[in-house]
Amino acid sequence: MLYAVLCYNSEETVFSWTKEQDAKVMADLAQVQQRWTHKLGPTARLMPTSAATTLRKGDTPLVIDGPFAETKEQLLGFYLINGEDLEDVLTFCRELGAVNPGGAYEIRPLHFFNNGVLPAEAVAAPDRVSERA
Amino acid sequence: MSDLAWIEAAITSARPQAVGALLRYFRDLDTAEEAFQEACLRALRTWPDRGPPRDAASWLIMVGRNSALDGKRKTSRLTELPPEETISDVDDVETPMAERLDGAHYRDDILRLMFICCHPDLPATQQIALALRIVSGLSVKQIARVFLVGEAAMEQRITRAKARIAKADVAFETPGPVERSQRLAAVAYMVYLVFTEGYTAGFETAEARAPLCDEAIRLSRLLLRLFQTEPEIMGLASLLLLQNARAAARFDAQGAAVLLEDQDRGLWDDEAIGEGLALLDKAMRHNRPGPYQVQAAIAATHARAETFEETDWAGIEQLYATLEVMTPSPVVTLNRAVAVGKARGPADALAMIEPLAEPLDGYFYWHGARGAFLLQLGRDAEARVAFDRAIALANTAAEAAHIRSQIDRLSAEAGPRPSPLGASGTDHGHP
Repeated sequence: MLYAVLCYNSEETVFSWTKEQDAKVMADLAQVQQRWTHKLGPTARLMPTSAATTLRKGDTPLVIDGPFAETKEQLLGFYLINGEDLEDVLTFCRELGAVNPGGAYEIRPLHFFNNGVLPAEAVAAPDRVSERA
Repeated sequence: MSDLAWIEAAITSARPQAVGALLRYFRDLDTAEEAFQEACLRALRTWPDRGPPRDAASWLIMVGRNSALDGKRKTSRLTELPPEETISDVDDVETPMAERLDGAHYRDDILRLMFICCHPDLPATQQIALALRIVSGLSVKQIARVFLVGEAAMEQRITRAKARIAKADVAFETPGPVERSQRLAAVAYMVYLVFTEGYTAGFETAEARAPLCDEAIRLSRLLLRLFQTEPEIMGLASLLLLQNARAAARFDAQGAAVLLEDQDRGLWDDEAIGEGLALLDKAMRHNRPGPYQVQAAIAATHARAETFEETDWAGIEQLYATLEVMTPSPVVTLNRAVAVGKARGPADALAMIEPLAEPLDGYFYWHGARGAFLLQLGRDAEARVAFDRAIALANTAAEAAHIRSQIDRLSAEAGPRPSPLGASGTDHGHP
Protein backbone atom coordinates (compact mmCIF):
# COMPACT_ATOMS: atom_id res chain seq x y z
CA MET A 1 0.00 0.00 0.00
CA LEU A 2 1.37 3.39 -0.94
CA TYR A 3 0.92 6.36 1.34
CA ALA A 4 1.74 9.98 0.81
CA VAL A 5 3.07 11.84 3.82
CA LEU A 6 2.43 15.57 3.51
CA CYS A 7 4.59 17.86 5.60
CA TYR A 8 3.11 20.96 7.24
CA ASN A 9 4.83 23.60 9.37
CA SER A 10 5.01 27.35 9.80
CA GLU A 11 6.93 28.53 6.79
CA GLU A 12 7.88 31.84 8.41
CA THR A 13 9.45 29.97 11.30
CA VAL A 14 11.25 27.41 9.16
CA PHE A 15 12.68 30.11 6.89
CA SER A 16 13.85 32.02 9.99
CA TRP A 17 16.16 29.16 10.91
CA THR A 18 19.83 29.91 10.50
CA LYS A 19 21.71 27.98 7.82
CA GLU A 20 23.23 25.83 10.57
CA GLN A 21 19.86 25.04 12.16
CA ASP A 22 18.38 24.24 8.76
CA ALA A 23 21.32 22.01 7.85
CA LYS A 24 21.04 20.20 11.19
CA VAL A 25 17.34 19.45 10.72
CA MET A 26 17.90 18.28 7.14
CA ALA A 27 20.77 16.05 8.28
CA ASP A 28 18.64 14.56 11.07
CA LEU A 29 15.79 13.95 8.62
CA ALA A 30 18.20 12.33 6.18
CA GLN A 31 19.20 9.85 8.90
CA VAL A 32 15.57 8.84 9.44
CA GLN A 33 15.04 8.59 5.67
CA GLN A 34 18.17 6.46 5.46
CA ARG A 35 16.57 3.88 7.79
CA TRP A 36 13.53 3.75 5.49
CA THR A 37 15.27 3.87 2.12
CA HIS A 38 13.99 0.44 1.07
CA LYS A 39 10.38 1.66 1.38
CA LEU A 40 10.67 5.28 0.33
CA GLY A 41 9.56 6.74 -2.97
CA PRO A 42 10.24 10.29 -4.17
CA THR A 43 11.09 12.73 -1.40
CA ALA A 44 10.90 16.42 -2.02
CA ARG A 45 11.33 19.73 -0.24
CA LEU A 46 9.33 22.56 -1.73
CA MET A 47 10.48 26.12 -2.19
CA PRO A 48 8.65 28.71 -0.03
CA THR A 49 5.09 29.65 -1.00
CA SER A 50 6.45 32.97 -2.29
CA ALA A 51 7.65 30.93 -5.28
CA ALA A 52 4.20 29.37 -5.79
CA THR A 53 1.73 29.99 -8.60
CA THR A 54 -1.87 28.77 -8.64
CA LEU A 55 -4.04 27.88 -11.62
CA ARG A 56 -7.69 28.27 -10.67
CA LYS A 57 -9.64 25.98 -13.02
CA GLY A 58 -12.63 27.24 -15.00
CA ASP A 59 -13.78 28.06 -18.52
CA THR A 60 -10.88 30.49 -18.68
CA PRO A 61 -8.41 29.19 -16.11
CA LEU A 62 -6.99 31.98 -13.96
CA VAL A 63 -3.29 32.19 -13.11
CA ILE A 64 -2.79 33.59 -9.60
CA ASP A 65 0.51 34.48 -7.94
CA GLY A 66 0.98 32.77 -4.63
CA PRO A 67 -0.09 29.52 -3.02
CA PHE A 68 -3.49 27.86 -2.96
CA ALA A 69 -5.14 29.50 0.03
CA GLU A 70 -8.75 28.26 0.08
CA THR A 71 -9.86 25.92 2.85
CA LYS A 72 -13.01 24.48 1.28
CA GLU A 73 -11.06 22.25 -1.08
CA GLN A 74 -8.75 19.47 0.00
CA LEU A 75 -5.49 18.09 -1.32
CA LEU A 76 -6.41 15.06 -3.48
CA GLY A 77 -3.24 14.28 -5.33
CA PHE A 78 -0.04 15.56 -6.81
CA TYR A 79 2.28 15.35 -9.80
CA LEU A 80 5.99 15.79 -10.17
CA ILE A 81 6.89 17.15 -13.57
CA ASN A 82 10.20 18.09 -15.13
CA GLY A 83 8.98 21.27 -16.81
CA GLU A 84 10.88 23.68 -19.07
CA ASP A 85 9.61 26.66 -17.13
CA LEU A 86 6.49 27.90 -15.36
CA GLU A 87 4.60 28.36 -18.64
CA ASP A 88 5.30 24.78 -19.62
CA VAL A 89 3.87 23.50 -16.33
CA LEU A 90 0.87 25.84 -16.62
CA THR A 91 0.17 24.38 -20.06
CA PHE A 92 0.19 20.89 -18.55
CA CYS A 93 -2.17 22.06 -15.77
CA ARG A 94 -4.54 23.74 -18.24
CA GLU A 95 -4.78 20.47 -20.16
CA LEU A 96 -5.49 18.57 -16.94
CA GLY A 97 -8.06 21.17 -15.93
CA ALA A 98 -9.84 20.96 -19.28
CA VAL A 99 -10.76 17.31 -18.63
CA ASN A 100 -11.16 17.60 -14.86
CA PRO A 101 -13.00 20.79 -13.95
CA GLY A 102 -13.26 22.36 -10.49
CA GLY A 103 -10.62 23.23 -7.92
CA ALA A 104 -7.13 24.45 -8.60
CA TYR A 105 -3.54 23.39 -9.15
CA GLU A 106 -0.80 24.90 -7.03
CA ILE A 107 2.58 24.86 -8.72
CA ARG A 108 5.58 24.81 -6.40
CA PRO A 109 9.18 24.48 -7.57
CA LEU A 110 11.32 21.98 -5.63
CA HIS A 111 14.34 22.75 -3.48
CA PHE A 112 15.38 19.16 -2.94
CA PHE A 113 14.46 15.91 -4.67
CA ASN A 114 15.31 12.27 -4.16
CA ASN A 115 13.87 9.79 -6.59
CA GLY A 116 13.46 6.86 -4.16
CA VAL A 117 13.05 3.19 -5.00
CA LEU A 118 9.34 2.42 -5.38
CA PRO A 119 8.02 0.06 -8.07
CA ALA A 120 4.68 1.10 -9.56
CA GLU A 121 3.07 -2.20 -8.35
CA ALA A 122 3.45 -1.01 -4.76
CA VAL A 123 0.13 0.77 -5.00
CA ALA A 124 -2.84 -1.35 -3.84
CA ALA A 125 -5.15 -0.95 -6.80
CA PRO A 126 -3.26 0.42 -9.79
CA ASP A 127 -6.32 0.68 -12.10
CA ARG A 128 -8.07 3.08 -9.84
CA VAL A 129 -5.22 5.50 -9.38
CA SER A 130 -6.12 8.41 -11.55
CA GLU A 131 -6.10 12.14 -11.45
CA ARG A 132 -9.09 13.37 -9.52
CA ALA A 133 -7.73 16.51 -7.93
CA MET B 1 16.21 21.19 17.13
CA SER B 2 15.67 22.09 20.78
CA ASP B 3 12.46 23.62 22.07
CA LEU B 4 14.26 26.80 22.91
CA ALA B 5 15.66 27.15 19.40
CA TRP B 6 12.20 26.53 18.01
CA ILE B 7 10.70 29.21 20.28
CA GLU B 8 13.41 31.67 19.27
CA ALA B 9 12.72 31.01 15.59
CA ALA B 10 8.96 31.40 16.16
CA ILE B 11 9.50 34.71 17.96
CA THR B 12 11.87 35.98 15.28
CA SER B 13 9.43 35.18 12.51
CA ALA B 14 6.47 36.69 14.42
CA ARG B 15 8.32 39.85 15.32
CA PRO B 16 7.53 42.16 12.33
CA GLN B 17 3.83 41.34 12.52
CA ALA B 18 3.63 41.62 16.32
CA VAL B 19 5.64 44.82 16.72
CA GLY B 20 3.81 46.29 13.71
CA ALA B 21 0.42 45.61 15.30
CA LEU B 22 1.56 46.92 18.70
CA LEU B 23 2.86 50.05 17.02
CA ARG B 24 -0.53 50.65 15.41
CA TYR B 25 -2.17 50.09 18.76
CA PHE B 26 0.10 52.29 20.92
CA ARG B 27 1.29 54.69 18.19
CA ASP B 28 4.63 54.84 19.93
CA LEU B 29 7.63 52.76 18.95
CA ASP B 30 9.21 52.51 22.40
CA THR B 31 5.97 51.38 24.01
CA ALA B 32 5.43 48.86 21.20
CA GLU B 33 8.93 47.45 21.57
CA GLU B 34 8.69 47.22 25.36
CA ALA B 35 5.32 45.50 25.09
CA PHE B 36 6.81 43.02 22.63
CA GLN B 37 9.81 42.39 24.90
CA GLU B 38 7.52 41.70 27.81
CA ALA B 39 5.44 39.31 25.69
CA CYS B 40 8.62 37.46 24.63
CA LEU B 41 9.70 37.04 28.26
CA ARG B 42 6.32 35.58 29.10
CA ALA B 43 6.48 33.34 26.02
CA LEU B 44 9.81 31.95 27.19
CA ARG B 45 8.23 31.28 30.58
CA THR B 46 5.01 29.65 29.42
CA TRP B 47 5.62 28.08 25.99
CA PRO B 48 8.10 25.39 27.06
CA ASP B 49 5.52 23.90 29.47
CA ARG B 50 2.29 24.58 27.67
CA GLY B 51 3.59 24.17 24.15
CA PRO B 52 3.70 26.96 21.58
CA PRO B 53 0.39 28.59 20.64
CA ARG B 54 -1.06 27.86 17.23
CA ASP B 55 -0.52 31.45 16.13
CA ALA B 56 2.59 32.85 17.79
CA ALA B 57 2.15 36.39 16.44
CA SER B 58 -1.42 36.71 17.75
CA TRP B 59 -0.36 35.43 21.16
CA LEU B 60 2.52 37.90 21.37
CA ILE B 61 0.31 40.81 20.26
CA MET B 62 -2.39 39.94 22.75
CA VAL B 63 -0.05 39.38 25.69
CA GLY B 64 2.11 42.38 24.77
CA ARG B 65 -0.90 44.64 24.55
CA ASN B 66 -2.29 43.47 27.86
CA SER B 67 1.02 43.73 29.67
CA ALA B 68 1.51 47.30 28.47
CA LEU B 69 -2.03 48.22 29.47
CA ASP B 70 -1.48 46.39 32.73
CA GLY B 71 1.61 48.52 33.37
CA LYS B 72 -0.37 51.67 32.71
CA ARG B 73 -3.13 50.53 35.01
CA LYS B 74 -0.68 49.74 37.77
CA THR B 75 0.83 53.19 37.59
CA SER B 76 -2.65 54.69 37.70
CA ARG B 77 -3.66 52.29 40.53
CA LEU B 78 -6.40 50.62 38.57
CA THR B 79 -7.31 46.97 38.52
CA GLU B 80 -4.89 44.55 36.88
CA LEU B 81 -5.82 42.63 33.77
CA PRO B 82 -5.89 38.83 34.03
CA PRO B 83 -2.52 37.09 33.55
CA GLU B 84 -1.73 35.55 30.18
CA GLU B 85 -2.26 31.97 31.41
CA THR B 86 -5.99 32.60 31.45
CA ILE B 87 -6.11 34.24 28.03
CA SER B 88 -4.16 31.64 26.12
CA ASP B 89 -7.21 29.47 25.53
CA VAL B 90 -7.04 28.86 21.81
CA ASP B 91 -10.71 29.07 20.90
CA ASP B 92 -11.65 32.10 22.95
CA VAL B 93 -8.79 34.36 22.25
CA GLU B 94 -6.59 33.38 19.37
CA THR B 95 -9.26 32.68 16.80
CA PRO B 96 -10.98 36.08 16.75
CA MET B 97 -7.59 37.76 17.15
CA ALA B 98 -6.16 35.84 14.23
CA GLU B 99 -9.21 36.64 12.14
CA ARG B 100 -8.83 40.31 12.81
CA LEU B 101 -5.16 40.09 11.93
CA ASP B 102 -5.88 38.32 8.69
CA GLY B 103 -7.44 41.47 7.30
CA ALA B 104 -5.66 44.31 5.57
CA HIS B 105 -4.11 45.48 8.87
CA TYR B 106 -1.65 42.64 8.95
CA ARG B 107 -0.01 43.71 5.70
CA ASP B 108 -0.04 47.43 6.42
CA ASP B 109 1.30 46.94 9.96
CA ILE B 110 4.43 45.22 8.70
CA LEU B 111 4.82 47.67 5.84
CA ARG B 112 4.49 50.63 8.23
CA LEU B 113 7.01 49.17 10.64
CA MET B 114 9.52 48.78 7.81
CA PHE B 115 8.63 52.13 6.30
CA ILE B 116 9.41 54.18 9.43
CA CYS B 117 13.00 52.93 9.16
CA CYS B 118 13.27 54.51 5.67
CA HIS B 119 13.10 58.10 6.89
CA PRO B 120 14.74 60.22 4.17
CA ASP B 121 16.65 62.29 6.77
CA LEU B 122 18.48 59.19 7.95
CA PRO B 123 21.66 58.14 6.12
CA ALA B 124 21.52 54.67 4.57
CA THR B 125 23.61 53.00 7.27
CA GLN B 126 21.31 54.31 9.99
CA GLN B 127 18.24 53.14 8.10
CA ILE B 128 19.82 49.71 7.91
CA ALA B 129 20.80 49.67 11.60
CA LEU B 130 17.32 50.76 12.58
CA ALA B 131 15.64 48.12 10.41
CA LEU B 132 17.87 45.41 11.86
CA ARG B 133 16.97 46.53 15.37
CA ILE B 134 13.25 47.20 14.94
CA VAL B 135 12.11 44.87 12.17
CA SER B 136 14.56 41.98 12.47
CA GLY B 137 15.07 42.25 16.22
CA LEU B 138 18.86 41.89 16.17
CA SER B 139 20.49 43.00 19.42
CA VAL B 140 22.53 46.21 19.49
CA LYS B 141 25.56 44.03 20.12
CA GLN B 142 24.89 41.99 16.96
CA ILE B 143 24.38 45.14 14.89
CA ALA B 144 27.53 46.73 16.32
CA ARG B 145 29.46 43.63 15.27
CA VAL B 146 28.05 43.86 11.75
CA PHE B 147 29.15 47.49 11.40
CA LEU B 148 32.44 46.91 13.24
CA VAL B 149 31.81 49.62 15.81
CA GLY B 150 31.57 49.54 19.58
CA GLU B 151 28.33 48.61 21.26
CA ALA B 152 27.98 51.96 23.01
CA ALA B 153 28.49 53.87 19.76
CA MET B 154 25.85 51.76 18.01
CA GLU B 155 23.43 52.14 20.91
CA GLN B 156 23.82 55.90 20.62
CA ARG B 157 23.34 55.84 16.86
CA ILE B 158 20.16 53.80 17.10
CA THR B 159 18.79 55.96 19.92
CA ARG B 160 19.38 59.08 17.83
CA ALA B 161 17.80 57.55 14.75
CA LYS B 162 14.78 56.51 16.83
CA ALA B 163 14.42 60.02 18.22
CA ARG B 164 14.49 61.28 14.64
CA ILE B 165 11.67 59.03 13.47
CA ALA B 166 9.65 59.60 16.65
CA LYS B 167 9.34 63.24 15.64
CA ALA B 168 8.38 62.37 12.08
CA ASP B 169 4.74 62.10 11.19
CA VAL B 170 3.85 58.50 10.46
CA ALA B 171 0.37 58.00 9.14
CA PHE B 172 -1.43 55.33 11.15
CA GLU B 173 -4.55 55.29 8.99
CA THR B 174 -4.72 52.52 6.43
CA PRO B 175 -2.78 53.87 3.44
CA GLY B 176 -4.43 54.37 0.05
CA PRO B 177 -3.15 52.40 -2.95
CA VAL B 178 -0.79 55.15 -4.12
CA GLU B 179 0.74 55.66 -0.71
CA ARG B 180 0.98 51.92 -0.18
CA SER B 181 2.93 51.47 -3.38
CA GLN B 182 5.23 54.38 -2.48
CA ARG B 183 5.88 52.82 0.91
CA LEU B 184 6.52 49.48 -0.71
CA ALA B 185 9.08 50.99 -3.09
CA ALA B 186 10.92 52.71 -0.22
CA VAL B 187 10.91 49.54 1.85
CA ALA B 188 12.08 47.41 -1.07
CA TYR B 189 15.02 49.77 -1.57
CA MET B 190 15.85 49.58 2.15
CA VAL B 191 15.92 45.78 1.93
CA TYR B 192 18.20 46.11 -1.11
CA LEU B 193 20.50 48.38 0.96
CA VAL B 194 20.62 45.86 3.80
CA PHE B 195 21.74 43.29 1.25
CA THR B 196 24.39 45.41 -0.49
CA GLU B 197 25.79 46.46 2.89
CA GLY B 198 26.43 42.78 3.52
CA TYR B 199 27.41 41.82 -0.02
CA THR B 200 29.91 44.58 -0.84
CA ALA B 201 31.93 43.90 2.30
CA GLY B 202 35.56 42.91 1.74
CA PHE B 203 36.87 39.56 2.97
CA GLU B 204 37.89 40.93 6.37
CA THR B 205 34.31 41.92 7.09
CA ALA B 206 32.44 39.45 4.88
CA GLU B 207 31.85 36.92 7.63
CA ALA B 208 30.60 39.52 10.10
CA ARG B 209 28.29 40.95 7.48
CA ALA B 210 26.96 37.75 5.93
CA PRO B 211 23.93 37.84 8.29
CA LEU B 212 22.87 41.04 6.52
CA CYS B 213 22.48 39.14 3.26
CA ASP B 214 20.45 36.37 4.91
CA GLU B 215 18.31 38.91 6.72
CA ALA B 216 17.65 40.86 3.51
CA ILE B 217 16.57 37.65 1.78
CA ARG B 218 14.25 36.84 4.67
CA LEU B 219 12.73 40.34 4.49
CA SER B 220 12.31 40.12 0.72
CA ARG B 221 10.45 36.81 1.11
CA LEU B 222 8.30 38.42 3.79
CA LEU B 223 7.47 41.34 1.47
CA LEU B 224 6.62 38.90 -1.29
CA ARG B 225 4.24 36.99 0.96
CA LEU B 226 2.50 40.29 1.73
CA PHE B 227 2.48 41.51 -1.88
CA GLN B 228 2.20 38.30 -3.85
CA THR B 229 1.44 39.86 -7.21
CA GLU B 230 4.15 42.56 -7.34
CA PRO B 231 6.65 41.63 -10.07
CA GLU B 232 9.29 44.04 -8.71
CA ILE B 233 9.18 42.36 -5.31
CA MET B 234 9.60 39.00 -7.05
CA GLY B 235 12.51 40.63 -8.91
CA LEU B 236 14.05 41.90 -5.68
CA ALA B 237 13.87 38.51 -3.95
CA SER B 238 15.20 36.84 -7.10
CA LEU B 239 18.09 39.31 -7.37
CA LEU B 240 19.16 38.84 -3.76
CA LEU B 241 18.96 35.05 -3.97
CA LEU B 242 20.92 34.88 -7.23
CA GLN B 243 23.64 37.24 -6.00
CA ASN B 244 23.99 35.56 -2.65
CA ALA B 245 24.21 32.17 -4.34
CA ARG B 246 27.79 33.08 -5.30
CA ALA B 247 28.86 33.91 -1.75
CA ALA B 248 30.95 30.80 -1.14
CA ALA B 249 32.96 31.35 -4.33
CA ARG B 250 33.75 35.04 -3.95
CA PHE B 251 36.88 34.84 -1.82
CA ASP B 252 39.80 32.42 -1.94
CA ALA B 253 41.43 30.82 1.12
CA GLN B 254 43.76 33.81 1.47
CA GLY B 255 40.85 36.23 1.41
CA ALA B 256 41.50 37.66 -2.05
CA ALA B 257 38.40 38.51 -4.07
CA VAL B 258 37.86 35.92 -6.80
CA LEU B 259 36.71 37.39 -10.09
CA LEU B 260 33.48 36.15 -11.57
CA GLU B 261 35.44 34.58 -14.43
CA ASP B 262 37.67 32.65 -12.03
CA GLN B 263 35.00 31.53 -9.57
CA ASP B 264 34.44 27.81 -9.00
CA ARG B 265 30.84 27.58 -10.13
CA GLY B 266 30.52 24.30 -8.28
CA LEU B 267 30.53 26.37 -5.09
CA TRP B 268 27.50 28.35 -6.19
CA ASP B 269 24.37 27.53 -4.19
CA ASP B 270 22.08 25.61 -6.54
CA GLU B 271 19.06 25.85 -4.22
CA ALA B 272 19.28 29.63 -4.08
CA ILE B 273 19.79 29.79 -7.85
CA GLY B 274 16.76 27.56 -8.42
CA GLU B 275 14.55 29.75 -6.26
CA GLY B 276 15.90 32.94 -7.83
CA LEU B 277 15.22 31.64 -11.34
CA ALA B 278 11.71 30.47 -10.39
CA LEU B 279 10.86 33.89 -8.98
CA LEU B 280 12.22 35.69 -12.03
CA ASP B 281 10.19 33.39 -14.26
CA LYS B 282 7.07 34.33 -12.28
CA ALA B 283 7.89 38.04 -12.42
CA MET B 284 8.51 38.17 -16.15
CA ARG B 285 5.09 36.75 -16.95
CA HIS B 286 3.61 40.04 -15.71
CA ASN B 287 5.26 42.00 -18.50
CA ARG B 288 5.88 44.91 -16.12
CA PRO B 289 9.66 45.12 -16.06
CA GLY B 290 11.48 47.21 -13.46
CA PRO B 291 15.06 47.72 -12.25
CA TYR B 292 15.06 44.81 -9.77
CA GLN B 293 13.76 42.39 -12.40
CA VAL B 294 16.34 43.56 -14.93
CA GLN B 295 19.18 43.24 -12.41
CA ALA B 296 17.85 39.81 -11.44
CA ALA B 297 17.80 38.86 -15.14
CA ILE B 298 21.47 39.89 -15.42
CA ALA B 299 22.35 37.79 -12.36
CA ALA B 300 20.28 34.95 -13.83
CA THR B 301 22.24 35.10 -17.10
CA HIS B 302 25.44 34.59 -15.13
CA ALA B 303 23.85 31.84 -13.06
CA ARG B 304 22.69 29.96 -16.17
CA ALA B 305 26.13 29.96 -17.78
CA GLU B 306 27.90 26.68 -17.00
CA THR B 307 31.25 28.35 -17.55
CA PHE B 308 32.33 31.97 -17.79
CA GLU B 309 33.06 31.48 -21.51
CA GLU B 310 29.44 30.44 -22.13
CA THR B 311 28.05 33.68 -20.68
CA ASP B 312 25.51 35.33 -22.96
CA TRP B 313 27.23 38.74 -23.12
CA ALA B 314 24.98 40.08 -25.86
CA GLY B 315 22.00 39.32 -23.63
CA ILE B 316 23.67 40.99 -20.66
CA GLU B 317 24.48 44.04 -22.76
CA GLN B 318 20.82 44.35 -23.74
CA LEU B 319 19.73 44.04 -20.13
CA TYR B 320 22.16 46.77 -19.05
CA ALA B 321 20.89 48.92 -21.92
CA THR B 322 17.36 48.45 -20.53
CA LEU B 323 18.57 49.27 -17.03
CA GLU B 324 20.30 52.37 -18.41
CA VAL B 325 16.93 53.63 -19.65
CA MET B 326 15.15 52.83 -16.37
CA THR B 327 17.81 54.11 -13.99
CA PRO B 328 20.38 56.15 -15.93
CA SER B 329 23.74 56.29 -14.16
CA PRO B 330 27.39 56.30 -15.26
CA VAL B 331 27.98 53.11 -13.25
CA VAL B 332 25.27 51.27 -15.18
CA THR B 333 26.82 52.50 -18.44
CA LEU B 334 30.21 51.25 -17.24
CA ASN B 335 28.73 47.83 -16.53
CA ARG B 336 27.11 47.82 -19.95
CA ALA B 337 30.47 48.70 -21.51
CA VAL B 338 32.07 45.67 -19.88
CA ALA B 339 29.43 43.48 -21.52
CA VAL B 340 30.00 45.30 -24.81
CA GLY B 341 33.71 44.58 -24.46
CA LYS B 342 32.94 40.86 -24.23
CA ALA B 343 30.30 40.82 -26.94
CA ARG B 344 31.76 43.23 -29.51
CA GLY B 345 35.34 43.96 -28.50
CA PRO B 346 37.36 46.56 -26.58
CA ALA B 347 37.16 49.40 -29.13
CA ASP B 348 33.38 49.79 -28.79
CA ALA B 349 33.61 49.38 -25.03
CA LEU B 350 36.31 52.02 -24.68
CA ALA B 351 34.33 54.47 -26.80
CA MET B 352 31.38 53.92 -24.50
CA ILE B 353 33.22 54.68 -21.27
CA GLU B 354 35.48 57.56 -22.39
CA PRO B 355 32.65 60.13 -21.98
CA LEU B 356 32.29 59.02 -18.35
CA ALA B 357 35.73 60.40 -17.39
CA GLU B 358 34.26 63.30 -15.47
CA PRO B 359 31.63 61.59 -13.30
CA LEU B 360 33.71 58.46 -12.68
CA ASP B 361 37.21 59.96 -12.33
CA GLY B 362 37.30 58.97 -8.65
CA TYR B 363 35.92 55.48 -9.29
CA PHE B 364 38.22 52.47 -9.07
CA TYR B 365 36.25 50.32 -11.49
CA TRP B 366 36.22 52.92 -14.25
CA HIS B 367 40.03 53.17 -14.31
CA GLY B 368 40.37 49.42 -13.97
CA ALA B 369 38.01 48.71 -16.87
CA ARG B 370 39.56 51.44 -19.00
CA GLY B 371 43.04 50.05 -18.37
CA ALA B 372 41.90 46.58 -19.37
CA PHE B 373 40.30 47.81 -22.61
CA LEU B 374 43.45 49.82 -23.48
CA LEU B 375 45.59 46.79 -22.74
CA GLN B 376 43.49 44.68 -25.08
CA LEU B 377 43.89 47.28 -27.78
CA GLY B 378 47.66 47.19 -27.37
CA ARG B 379 47.85 50.75 -25.99
CA ASP B 380 50.17 49.64 -23.18
CA ALA B 381 51.48 53.02 -22.02
CA GLU B 382 47.97 54.42 -21.57
CA ALA B 383 46.87 51.20 -19.92
CA ARG B 384 49.67 51.53 -17.37
CA VAL B 385 48.57 55.08 -16.47
CA ALA B 386 44.96 53.91 -16.01
CA PHE B 387 46.02 50.94 -13.87
CA ASP B 388 48.21 53.15 -11.65
CA ARG B 389 45.25 55.42 -11.10
CA ALA B 390 43.03 52.44 -10.31
CA ILE B 391 45.50 51.16 -7.70
CA ALA B 392 45.53 54.57 -6.05
CA LEU B 393 41.72 54.40 -5.82
CA ALA B 394 41.42 50.76 -4.77
CA ASN B 395 39.13 50.24 -1.79
CA THR B 396 40.63 46.95 -0.71
CA ALA B 397 43.99 45.22 -0.93
CA ALA B 398 42.36 42.57 -3.12
CA GLU B 399 41.30 45.16 -5.68
CA ALA B 400 44.81 46.60 -5.81
CA ALA B 401 46.31 43.12 -6.11
CA HIS B 402 44.02 42.34 -9.02
CA ILE B 403 45.14 45.44 -10.94
CA ARG B 404 48.77 44.69 -10.15
CA SER B 405 48.40 41.27 -11.70
CA GLN B 406 47.28 42.95 -14.91
CA ILE B 407 50.26 45.29 -14.80
CA ASP B 408 52.46 42.22 -14.38
CA ARG B 409 50.96 40.79 -17.55
CA LEU B 410 51.69 44.14 -19.17
CA SER B 411 55.32 43.97 -18.09
CA ALA B 412 55.66 40.46 -19.41
CA GLU B 413 54.82 41.95 -22.85
CA ALA B 414 54.27 38.56 -24.38
CA GLY B 415 51.64 35.89 -24.72
CA PRO B 416 47.93 36.30 -25.29
CA ARG B 417 46.14 39.40 -24.13
CA PRO B 418 43.90 38.98 -21.11
CA SER B 419 40.28 39.80 -21.53
CA PRO B 420 39.03 43.08 -20.11
CA LEU B 421 37.87 43.00 -16.56
CA GLY B 422 35.61 45.65 -15.28
CA ALA B 423 32.80 46.29 -12.92
CA SER B 424 30.72 43.20 -13.62
CA GLY B 425 33.78 41.05 -14.03
CA THR B 426 34.84 41.72 -10.45
CA ASP B 427 31.55 40.63 -8.92
CA HIS B 428 31.12 43.58 -6.61
CA GLY B 429 27.72 44.99 -5.64
CA HIS B 430 26.25 45.02 -9.12
CA PRO B 431 25.07 41.86 -10.82
